This record gives sequence, C-alpha cells and structure tokens, in this order.
Amino acid sequence: MIEAYFPIFVLFIFALITPVVMLLIPKIVAKREPTPIKDAAYECGIPAEGDARERFPIKFYLIAILFLLFDLEAVFLYPWAYIYKKLGLFGLIEMGVFITILLVGYIYVIKKGALKWQ
Amino acid sequence: MYMAIFILFAIMSIAGAIMVITLKSPVSSAIALIFVLCCIAGLFALMGALFMAALQVIVYAGAIMVLFLFIIMLLNLKDEILGEDEKKVTRVFGSILGIAFLLEIGFFVRRALTVGSESLMYPVPEQFASIEVISTGLFTKFLFAFEITSVLLLVAIIGAIMLSKGEGKTEY
Amino acid sequence: MDLIDIGITVGKVVIIFGALMGMVAYMTLFERRVIAFIQGRIGPNRVGFQGLLQPIADAVKLLFKEDVTPAGANKFLFAIAPMLSFIPTLLTIAVIPVAESSTIFGREVDWIISDINIGILFVLAVTAMEVYGIIIGGWASNSKYPLLGALRASAQMISYEVSLGLALVGLLMVTGTFSMTEIVAQQSSFLQWNIFKQPLGFLLFIIGAFAEVNRIPFDLPEAEAELVGGYNTEFSSMKFAMYFMGEYAAMISISAIMVTLYFGGWQGPILPSPIWFLLKVGAFLFTFVWVRGTLPRFRYDQLMRFGWLVLLPLALFNIFITGVIMVL
Repeated sequence: MIEAYFPIFVLFIFALITPVVMLLIPKIVAKREPTPIKDAAYECGIPAEGDARERFPIKFYLIAILFLLFDLEAVFLYPWAYIYKKLGLFGLIEMGVFITILLVGYIYVIKKGALKWQ
Repeated sequence: MYMAIFILFAIMSIAGAIMVITLKSPVSSAIALIFVLCCIAGLFALMGALFMAALQVIVYAGAIMVLFLFIIMLLNLKDEILGEDEKKVTRVFGSILGIAFLLEIGFFVRRALTVGSESLMYPVPEQFASIEVISTGLFTKFLFAFEITSVLLLVAIIGAIMLSKGEGKTEY
Repeated sequence: MDLIDIGITVGKVVIIFGALMGMVAYMTLFERRVIAFIQGRIGPNRVGFQGLLQPIADAVKLLFKEDVTPAGANKFLFAIAPMLSFIPTLLTIAVIPVAESSTIFGREVDWIISDINIGILFVLAVTAMEVYGIIIGGWASNSKYPLLGALRASAQMISYEVSLGLALVGLLMVTGTFSMTEIVAQQSSFLQWNIFKQPLGFLLFIIGAFAEVNRIPFDLPEAEAELVGGYNTEFSSMKFAMYFMGEYAAMISISAIMVTLYFGGWQGPILPSPIWFLLKVGAFLFTFVWVRGTLPRFRYDQLMRFGWLVLLPLALFNIFITGVIMVL
C-alpha cells in the first residue's frame, strides 16, 4: 500500500523544490534597494490611506458558509454515485428525499435575498 | 517503514497543532491548522483509507478552513487586541481542561498497552474504510442517519441566513 | 520494490513534470501569439525563430527583477503565498494517465504517476487547496486592491467549486469508478466517450473549469480596470511569475482532466498515444485562449448569480436526469 504513494511523494518533492529554487534565485542575483516609497502599498500613486485590512461585507461570510453546506452535500453524493448502479431506483428515491430537504433550504436562501448582489 | 512514516506524520501534525495555538497572527494559525488537517489526511491514507483522506482534505482543509479564514478576516482580529482581551480565568480553565484531556489520553494508551501490546499495532483490515464499505453502509444500513443529516444541513442553512441577516435591516 | 522500479518512477515523474513545466512556459507564448492573431496583430516574434525563445527571455528578465515586499506585509505569509497557489496546480497531474502503458526494461510501465483508486477525489481535494494561495496572498500584502481581489477571487472559486464537484457526480454515476485509468479504459471507442453520455455535465464542468482557473469571462479577481491587478498587485519578480505560472499550470491540468474524463484520454487511432493526448489537451488550451479573445468579462453580481442560481440547479438537474435514465 505504501508503495502506491511513493510516486506522489516524488512528485511532491519536485513540486516543492521547483518553486523554492525559483524564489531563491532572485534573492541571489537580483539587486535589492528598498526605499520607503517603493515599499509603500500601491494605491494608484497617491499615498496610502488607513489600514488595508478593513472589515468586509458579511455577504462573503454567507457565501463561505453556503459553500461549506453544499460541499457537504456533494461529499454525500460521491459515495452514492459510486454505488448508484447497485442501488437503482431505491438509490434515486433516497437521494431524492435528501436533496429535496436541502432544496427547501436553497429556496429559503434565494427568497431571503441572500444571494442578491447590489 | 510504515512506522517511520506514521511517526513522521504524527510529529508534523503535533508540531502544527502547537503552532496553531502559539502563533501570534490568527491567519498564520489558520494556515497551521490547514497543515495539521492535511497531515491527518496523510495518516488516513497511510491506513489505506484513501476515501477518508480525500474527504478530510475536501471538507476540513478545503471548505471549513475557507470559512475560518473568512471569519478571521471579517472580524479583522488584530494581534494586539487579542493579547489584551485574554482573561486570566480562561487561561486557568483552559489549562485545567487541557491537562485533564492529556491525562485521559495517557490513561487509555496505558490501558491499551497493558491489555495487550499488539492492540495498539492492530493490523488494518483489508477493506478498512474503503469506498465500497462506506457507501453501502451509508445508503443501506445507516440510511436513516443519512437522511437526518439533510435536516441538520437545512437547519445550518437557515441558521446562517438568520445570523447574517440580523434584524432584517441590512441590505447588501 | 527494487532500484529499477524506483528509477522508473523517478523517470516517469521527471518526464511528466518536465513536460508540464515546458508547456507552462510555452503556453505564455502560445497565448500571446494567438491573441495577437485574433486581434490582427503579430505578437512577440523577435526573440528566436517566430519568438520561440521569448519564454526564456521572460524568465531571465523576471529572475533579475527586484523582489519588493510591501512595508506592512506579513513577511512569511507573503513569501509562501505564491507557492501555496503554485504547488497544488502541479500535483493534479499525478493521477492523469498521459499515454498507453509500454514495456521498459522488461517491465510494464503505466504512464500515470500514481494510479490510486480515488483519482477524481484526489483532483477535487487538490483543487480545493488552490484557493489558499490567493486568499493568503491578498491578505498578506496589506494593501487594499489585493485584499479586494483576493476576496472576490476566493468567493468566486468556492462558488464554482460546488458546481464543478456536482457536475462530476453525474459522470461518476455513469462510470461507477473514481479511477482515472478505468475511466479511460471505459471510453475505448469514439462513441463511448463520456461527453456523449454526459453532455450537460461536461458543459457545467467546462464552465466551472473556466471560473476555477480565473480565466475570462470569469477573470474578475484580476480585473485590471477596477482592481489594478487584483490579488497579485503587490507581488514582483519571481513571486509574480509564480502566480502566473500557477494559472497556466492549472489551465493545462484542468484541460488534461477534461480530456481524460470526457474525451477518451490518450486513446485515438493511428497516431501514438502521447501525441493524441497532447493534441486533445492542446485543443482545450486553444479554446481557453479563443474564449479570452472573444468574450467580455462578467460583472461581479452577474457572476455570483450565475454560479448559484443557474449552475447549481442545473448540476442537480443533471444528476436527477442521469439517475432517471439509468434506472429506466
């Protein structure tokens, strides 16, 4: 079993070393002359104002939690799809019940205007 | 070989877990937590439970941690504020709970060791947590639990909307 | 496992990984030339014959550029963010069969890095990790435009990831396996390609794929007109290059996945199998560029509405229809 992961491990080593080397080369060959102006955050040339990390709309949080819930739904669908051929009509009905209950939530989300962007 | 990889993953996940609680910036802590979850997925994969490993990464490291990061960024927690806010009571209480939990784990490991030393090194069954076992179990034997999960998810959706909408005043 | 096995494994990884990196480099030239052709320009043709040395010149230039870290940035996160977005895109190729198995040193060699039985889930897991490079990059810069770009990008990527995952469920129902090798084996003749069994699923998948790799018409994270450069504004030198290469690598690997899942993988008549694989992947890469040269960009509210109100119900509908047809 462990042998099966060895190739992925080798690929991971390659995928790790390549970016590290690529990031190290400029450290050696490129010159570095930092000035306060150069290091300032870019705001179209005018001096930066205030802190960048401000609070942002709760909308994004809502999108994240909806993503989590629908991702969980998808996770239940993978094993179901895997044995769907064996389950047949019975499988279709049991997943139908599952999805219908979730669809109620989905319609609630739309009705509440949670996915409305202005 | 098996043992060596197991110990490597175990050390990495424990080191990551220590980083989660010691790092100052909350975002760095979240990154460390993602690392821990990936290491745990590695442990699952080592046991042959590839399906579980993939789900661990998809759900925990991929979905829940995005939500965590969003919330950390949403609240915009500053390092300084976090330092000041910490109450002495929470520290003491947290330490007691932590030590109690550690003792509990120690007790069970010790008992397992005394009952029979091989019980800790129990060989993983051939079909352990394979997709076939999980899916046939989930959609036949534990069908009711599976259907109930949808109600749980429904409650979660409604809860999320209620919380974020507040009094219904805010329109985005 | 002996030395020859290890040698073959390492050799396989070197060849496939090297081919991917080469394709990433030349994809930049290919895209610029094709876009120039679409817009009636010539494009870069000075460095070497027909501009063939252009990617090398670009790489050398970027290597010698000054690496600027913004003053307020979180130094460590700023340094690792480009890697976080680049590494997952490279790992995806681990489960893609690129050619027919052949015999080397008297051993049967499968031209797939690792033939694990959960190939599709591996791809989904690795794709789920791609979003962090962007969130962390935008946040660590401590600058307004990158943070806004990162927020938009991550919200977009997670929204379309749901449809991408659900689009694959229909395919899984038809194939009944997660293994890429088996899926390729099932599509042995032209009419057995999964595209004919899952036309709607494929359409949903390719739309999700465009959004997942942040390409036009879904390239809002880097909408240069409103957000300067999006999440990568503050990145310079090789860190900037890494975000770009990550995007191209993601484009190539998602094309390879589409070829494998829906278009019969490396199989094809007369020509050798790796050529067929490259031709099919190339056709998808051309589509990516072609769409970029043709379509305008979505508005953000349109994008989110499209993802949640159109793609998601369609994906569920696709699963339902597939289920009904399979029962009948």
